[in-house]
Amino acid sequence: MATITERPLTSRLRQDREPVLAEEYERAGGYQGLRAALRMAPNEVTDLVKRSHLCGRGGAGFPTGMKWSFVPMGKDAPHPKYLVANADEMEPGTFKDRALMEGDPHQLIEGMAIAAYAIEADIAFIFLRGEYQLSARRLTQALAEAYERHYLGRNILGSGYSLEMYLHISAGRYICGEETALLNALEGKRAHPRAKPPFPQVSGLFGKPTIVQNVETLCNLPHIVSKGAEWFLGLSPTGEGGTKLFGVSGKVKKPGLWELPLGAPLRELLEEHAGGMRDGTRFRGVLPGGASTDFLVDEHLDTPMDYAHVAKAGSRLGTGTMVVLDDQTCPVGMVWNLEHFFAQESCGWCTPCWSGLGWTEKILLAMEEGTAVQHDLEILKFQPKFMAPGNTFCAFAPGAMEPLQSALKYFGDDFQRHIKEKRCPWR
Amino acid sequence: MAKIFVENKPYEVDAKQNLLHACLSLGFDLPYFCWHPALGSVGACRQCAVKQFKNEQDITGKLTMACMAPASEGTRISIQDADAAEFRRAVIQGLMLNHPHDCPVCDEGGECHLQDMTVMTGHSHRTYNSPKRTFKNQYLGPFINHEMNRCIQCQRCVRYYREYAGGDDLNAFRLRDTVFFGRAEDGVLENEFSGNLVEVCPTGVFTDATLKHHYTRKWDLQMAPSVCTHCALGCNTTVGERYGSMRRVVNRYNHEVNGYFLCDRGRFGYEFTNSPARLKEPMMRGAVVSKSAALESITVGGRAIGIGSPRASLESNYALRQLVGAERFYAGVSGAEGTAVAAALSILKSGAVPSASLLDVEQADGVLVLGEDVLNVAPLMALRLRQSLRNAPMRAAKKFNIPPWLDHAVREMVQDQQGPLFIASPYATKLDAVATATERAAPDDIARLGFAIANAIDRGAPEVAELSEETRTLAASIAHALLGAERPLVISGASCLSTAVVEAAAQVAWALHRQGRAQTRIAFTMPEANTFGLALLESKTLADALKEDGIDTAIVLENDLFRRAPEHLVREFFEKVPHVVVLDCLPTLTTAAAEFVLPAGTAAETSGTLVNSEGRAQRFLRAFVPSGSVQESWRWIRDIAVAGGRTDCAWQTLDQIIAAMAQDCPALREVPEAAPARDEAGKIAREPDRYSGRTSMLANITVHEPKPPQDVDSALAFSMESGFRPAPAPLIPFFWAPGWNSIQATNKYQTEVGGPLRGGDPGTRLVAASVQAAEYFREIPAAFRPAAGEWLVCPAFHIFGSEELSRHAPGIAELTPKPYIALNPVDAEVLGLHAGDAVQVTLDGVTGVVPAILRADLPRGVACLPAGLPPFEGCALPSPGKLALAKPEFSVRGTP
Repeated sequence: MATITERPLTSRLRQDREPVLAEEYERAGGYQGLRAALRMAPNEVTDLVKRSHLCGRGGAGFPTGMKWSFVPMGKDAPHPKYLVANADEMEPGTFKDRALMEGDPHQLIEGMAIAAYAIEADIAFIFLRGEYQLSARRLTQALAEAYERHYLGRNILGSGYSLEMYLHISAGRYICGEETALLNALEGKRAHPRAKPPFPQVSGLFGKPTIVQNVETLCNLPHIVSKGAEWFLGLSPTGEGGTKLFGVSGKVKKPGLWELPLGAPLRELLEEHAGGMRDGTRFRGVLPGGASTDFLVDEHLDTPMDYAHVAKAGSRLGTGTMVVLDDQTCPVGMVWNLEHFFAQESCGWCTPCWSGLGWTEKILLAMEEGTAVQHDLEILKFQPKFMAPGNTFCAFAPGAMEPLQSALKYFGDDFQRHIKEKRCPWR
Repeated sequence: MAKIFVENKPYEVDAKQNLLHACLSLGFDLPYFCWHPALGSVGACRQCAVKQFKNEQDITGKLTMACMAPASEGTRISIQDADAAEFRRAVIQGLMLNHPHDCPVCDEGGECHLQDMTVMTGHSHRTYNSPKRTFKNQYLGPFINHEMNRCIQCQRCVRYYREYAGGDDLNAFRLRDTVFFGRAEDGVLENEFSGNLVEVCPTGVFTDATLKHHYTRKWDLQMAPSVCTHCALGCNTTVGERYGSMRRVVNRYNHEVNGYFLCDRGRFGYEFTNSPARLKEPMMRGAVVSKSAALESITVGGRAIGIGSPRASLESNYALRQLVGAERFYAGVSGAEGTAVAAALSILKSGAVPSASLLDVEQADGVLVLGEDVLNVAPLMALRLRQSLRNAPMRAAKKFNIPPWLDHAVREMVQDQQGPLFIASPYATKLDAVATATERAAPDDIARLGFAIANAIDRGAPEVAELSEETRTLAASIAHALLGAERPLVISGASCLSTAVVEAAAQVAWALHRQGRAQTRIAFTMPEANTFGLALLESKTLADALKEDGIDTAIVLENDLFRRAPEHLVREFFEKVPHVVVLDCLPTLTTAAAEFVLPAGTAAETSGTLVNSEGRAQRFLRAFVPSGSVQESWRWIRDIAVAGGRTDCAWQTLDQIIAAMAQDCPALREVPEAAPARDEAGKIAREPDRYSGRTSMLANITVHEPKPPQDVDSALAFSMESGFRPAPAPLIPFFWAPGWNSIQATNKYQTEVGGPLRGGDPGTRLVAASVQAAEYFREIPAAFRPAAGEWLVCPAFHIFGSEELSRHAPGIAELTPKPYIALNPVDAEVLGLHAGDAVQVTLDGVTGVVPAILRADLPRGVACLPAGLPPFEGCALPSPGKLALAKPEFSVRGTP
């Protein structure tokens, strides 16, 4: 049984914030996972990951091993197959993948090589957020080292398996983080999402089988392969398996990022790790997993932060990087800020999203400026229904509605005050 | 088939389709925007939401986009469901946030799909009170007007333009509710099918810029079914008139011919009809005379000849042939063209491979083009050919259970894969970009390649002597690809004026057929709208007529002889023939030289039959009665005959002359089947129910409303009143259904969406393939050897410019190229020529000076002149010619 303090993903990160490069990485046990994986059959790696219950850390939480099992395998499978690391971390309030890439780039490369081996991929891409310039430099350096040391390229470590890995720096846009929009962007097309089915596992990048996986998810793989599925499952007190990078921003005393067991209680995170609210402010709510998750409030503070418990509380674990709302900040203004972001980032493909978010943003601004009328609130309340899952082309707009619908639920009076007082009471 | 339940009632639908397609085919009104029957589903607009239930017990259900869900067995949906209806209203509300309230001044108003769908969903009250987003519009050329503020971001324009038509200068820019659909900068849209944006756009973003010059609402147009006369494909069109002028052309759906689309020449070439230069009254030696004076002065005796025309109707050609006698009737085309076309016709009659409809072209999965610039000669064939290239790779998508209608999923899987397409032509063509392999060669070498392919397919076909190893390898790989196709297609035609090329194409098709490819088709492009029909009359050609002596009267039907033969030969002809009568719609060098000129009607003003390059006879009906003395040529010929006391040419109605023609000419026996006769259909209104101002249109002249003209030629009436029977497909004057005012009403006229029109698609095939296979051709030309100091001057076709009538439309004229001669840079060096230099070209006895352009794609010894354009429009190309650097006295800036 592992101890609760184990931090496989971040234990190597240096205090001086310099990257862990190849030599240091190897000394600390790096690339042992890849070596072990290459001794296994690809389907054995997939089985191991399935047994570990590793779920996607990008927000949706889909079981990783199961995702891989949909990839056509064997002699008749179409090639080249692709593995893509989704490093387009653009969720407001989220900065966890950045820490992993800047601090320990080889961990990602090793994880990718393992995943690629499991699905017999020929080519891998790191799709990196354009603004992550430091990550780009460090990944470029690490890739060169990995090629030099035969962790990448032809006949990796003499195993007969070959993998080419490329770093692609995104030209921007939040929607590129949606896995199918990411594939369109990588193909040089407009980044709007694709219809599913067919799923990328069958017809993905350039029409070939493709797995898109979040950076943090991939970084777990070397450890799972090295230490086993049982070890991984044991890391989490709630049984969902593994650790999670949690971040807290907002008016807390010590905003930051910590690797904790999946299922750590929300209260522990906010009060112990983030040091509680700043003096003179009071906690009102928190977006637990980034901007596109529902607010949780006081009553939810004892929720264990894992997929199932957060869902039960009415929100989503999302990226696990939370934004705290305090009583000195206008909730309407905060929601306006978020919806403004989402409206800006709508790819413009489906009507509910591009029209609904545009209208939502304008009504919230009108509230902030004191020009909103009562009927506007009705229109605002209708938007989450209009942009409900299934009504839109992808999950972007339903995600964008999560902070709005929960704010309307928990902070309804604040919205009313904006209309009645014809101003923002916080200004 | 599958059984689905709509509102709990069972219906049989096509299981291979999606629910939107199924619902529309069943006649339900379900609104949509991003889906288009030719473009498939992408799920962008979310307008076609329905409630879907898991089973009979499920009463909650879940919203589903009908266009994205398969119509699989047992599917249960509700269109009327309150949640679905509310969501659809909300989608329209969303679309309307930024849509301007400008219907009264919008060109689309009255035939706007957005208007129709808005009314259909019941969204009528606007609550949005923030500013609307605005854009700067672009200049997109003479055909398309751009008004981006009206955009509802349905994505259809870019999907059509880029993915369907292969254009790349229209794109989507920016994001959120400010996506901009346009070009990177102002400029003429480059794609030859840009006009379809007018119909593809569900609202008024892309509208017909030529219509804007003389705007009329759809409901105020008097309309009729017509056939495009600007190439030989015979695309079906709807033409509209108001106040005696032609206002516009829109597509008239014909599943087997043009489907949903037209080319820009066909859509925008119509303005020649309104040309101020039109001939309106009879003329004698340059002076206007009365009709009776003209008719009295024309005598047609035993020494008269008739010169027919490939751009005149079958009826007019037949009338002239009857007037002068079959022996003295000449097809008004060059000898070389006559021979090449006759060869094609004979192949279609005697061979076992039938000619391809344009639908067949779209369904082909392996294509060989021999000697044709398909895009510029038969534009719409190129558009449908482009779609065919997806057939082979799409089979792969089927393996992964991706239905063909799930458009982007298929495109994402198929990516850039294209089915086999091989193009052999004298110069590089635009379709080369999607070809598997191309070959640039002189016509004789193109023929040799064809014969070599046939030999590689079937060793029973004769071998080609002295074939290079390179050509042999190419032929073998093409043969291999064509044999691998289920529906191979060979495209050729008269563009090279080479019987050998035509025969080589047939040889390939026949070889495939003998190798058991029963679905093989052959498509011959033809030069003009009725080339095929004229050829069916099996006459001598103009070349023979020009040689005749002892002619006292020549009657020239809708033909400019100066485009058919070198000028000096035509001049000689005019000198030796004392009386020349010319019937035409526009002044030409021929009308200028004629003693008598009689004003002929254009397709929009007359009724008749044309035979397209497939061999399909199609009826076109007049939209309006032309002004002045303009009438059908066959009526002028009848009048000449009657004035001369003849009783055998006294046809009074179109049906009478068609019946006579069908009786006299066995090849035209089926022509009456092209469309129902006048008394076979009930009265059909040319004017929509809401046609306005009928009683006041002429009120400035007289307050007494004149009796509307009677149409003795068809069941169509110059009226708003129809009988009770629906119009048979060939007589549909315009597509309209209650609640469906836009062209999308086509859905309501089809057996199923995207399928044939109810009652069968218009037209009747006049030529059937033979049951028995024909013998292989044995005569194979020798390889092309450029003679020293001589060039083989080939025609380079231009969609805008090469066709005679459309050039009189201002928009087309604007895009017509300036004269040039193109040659290989190496050849130019031999001549000491640089790009832009004036070149003296001597060809067929004609000399002219044109600037040089250099094209590396041209084979050595081959030069190209723009087809149908001065100064060499009378020369039959290809033809050997001499080129020389023009001497300074030929310089343009020189003064006499």
